Amino acid sequence: MTFVSRPGVEPLRIEPEAIEEAAKLLYIRACKILPDDIKEGFARLDVAETDATAKTILETMIRNIGVAEQMDNLLCQDTGIPIFNVLIGRNVAVDGWALKQAIARGTERATKEHPLRSSVVHPITRKNEHTSCGERVPVINIDFTDRDRELRLEMIPKGSGSENGSFLQMLIPADGVAAVKRFVIDRVMQAGGKVCPPTIVGVGVGGTSDLCMHLAKMAATRPLGTRCADAEGAKLEAELSEAVNSLGIGPQGLGGDGTAFAVHVETAATHITMNPVAVNIQCHSARRASATFTPDGIQVGF
Amino acid sequence: MADHVLTTPVSEADIRKLRIGDRVTLEGTLFGIRDATQIHMFDRGRRTKFDLRGHAVIHTAPNLRRVEPSAEHPTGYAPVCVGTTTSDRMERFTRPLMEREGVRIIIGKGGLREDSLRAFQELGGVYLAVVGGAAALETTWIEQLEDVDLDDLNPESLYRFRIKGFGPLLVGMDSHGGSLYARVQADVAARRQAVLEKLGAGEGARA
Repeated sequence: MTFVSRPGVEPLRIEPEAIEEAAKLLYIRACKILPDDIKEGFARLDVAETDATAKTILETMIRNIGVAEQMDNLLCQDTGIPIFNVLIGRNVAVDGWALKQAIARGTERATKEHPLRSSVVHPITRKNEHTSCGERVPVINIDFTDRDRELRLEMIPKGSGSENGSFLQMLIPADGVAAVKRFVIDRVMQAGGKVCPPTIVGVGVGGTSDLCMHLAKMAATRPLGTRCADAEGAKLEAELSEAVNSLGIGPQGLGGDGTAFAVHVETAATHITMNPVAVNIQCHSARRASATFTPDGIQVGF
Repeated sequence: MADHVLTTPVSEADIRKLRIGDRVTLEGTLFGIRDATQIHMFDRGRRTKFDLRGHAVIHTAPNLRRVEPSAEHPTGYAPVCVGTTTSDRMERFTRPLMEREGVRIIIGKGGLREDSLRAFQELGGVYLAVVGGAAALETTWIEQLEDVDLDDLNPESLYRFRIKGFGPLLVGMDSHGGSLYARVQADVAARRQAVLEKLGAGEGARA
């Protein structure tokens, strides 16, 4: 006996064409409009900054946000590697294969029709297809949520300057949490101005090697003001946020108080013999856009 | 901490006047250059048609729109968004850019390292810091994309822009051995131990 749907519930059906349009719109929107939480983060750092050069740099960044909106232009020249998170709720009917192809088509259309710089190349030949697409790119992460008849599509153009600030270490239990903290501080120091601070420092703790790095990416792209769901992780991110901002790296690595908007931590259970830690950094152009599909329509936001 | 306006090309004497912390606004011509451009120029022996002597290069790969070639857009490209990329990846190209091509000014973000600093000192060059990620603003300082070379590398071609009021840019590394980046890095390294101890994570701590 096969059940294809729950009796009495009309699922939310989403056509690939709607996904394609949303993917195109989100890629362009993300490149142009910074989320409100990031704008508020800038305002907080600007008020608190005590270094004159750093304050000038922060104010230039804030001015750029306004210029991008007024001139309908891109915040940053780096269109990044396109990442899409697909969060599928309950009672949603979608053809998964068609959804993946629709996301790639939307990405390619944004690149050609806006146009956007295609920043994506073959990893060995370095050939650029000028579509922002390639093997396994856009990166598509699919997960399921408990939301009824809702599908959420999130888009993140991940800039390379900050993505190159990615580090993983398979620490061991005997190293303790102290080594996790040292790793974060030392990698933030190593990244310096190269990752375009002020940043969001994403930290993954636990899991497997690949999950640990994915946790760091989730952390780096989480809205400012959100906290790690795990109480120990939340404590760690508060401690590390204060620590990173007492290093004095400052905006653009030219000195000052505002090194990071925040350190975000995400955690996962790990093996008895393992203590993995990963750092993934998001630059100050911490761009995101989202579309939420419900029976009432499509809502575009961050 | 002086303010300067320089029109490119510049002389060695112009560069020697600049000190870290000074502010510079550029006028005239600016060349856009990037990873692939320099890999092809210096590792694969390709040469550019442009005369870069005394000029400024910026670490960039712009967003462009293809258009019909016209007086306004002679290359068949209209600039959409011109910003700056992280310089550190291109560290090893500073000396050949200066020695072989005669470049005197490198504009970028995040700074360059010791070998570049030595090249600036020995050959008379300077690193000007632009605010990275502020590309919408930077684009308003570009008047025209005048010419392009090595365009098979698009978007990492070699671009010649006409600029107006490009800046103010901060002198991050000068021709007298000064580097704001090295200074900040030394300050940060000096603070590391105290920061770790406050976290309960000083060397040897395991908790």
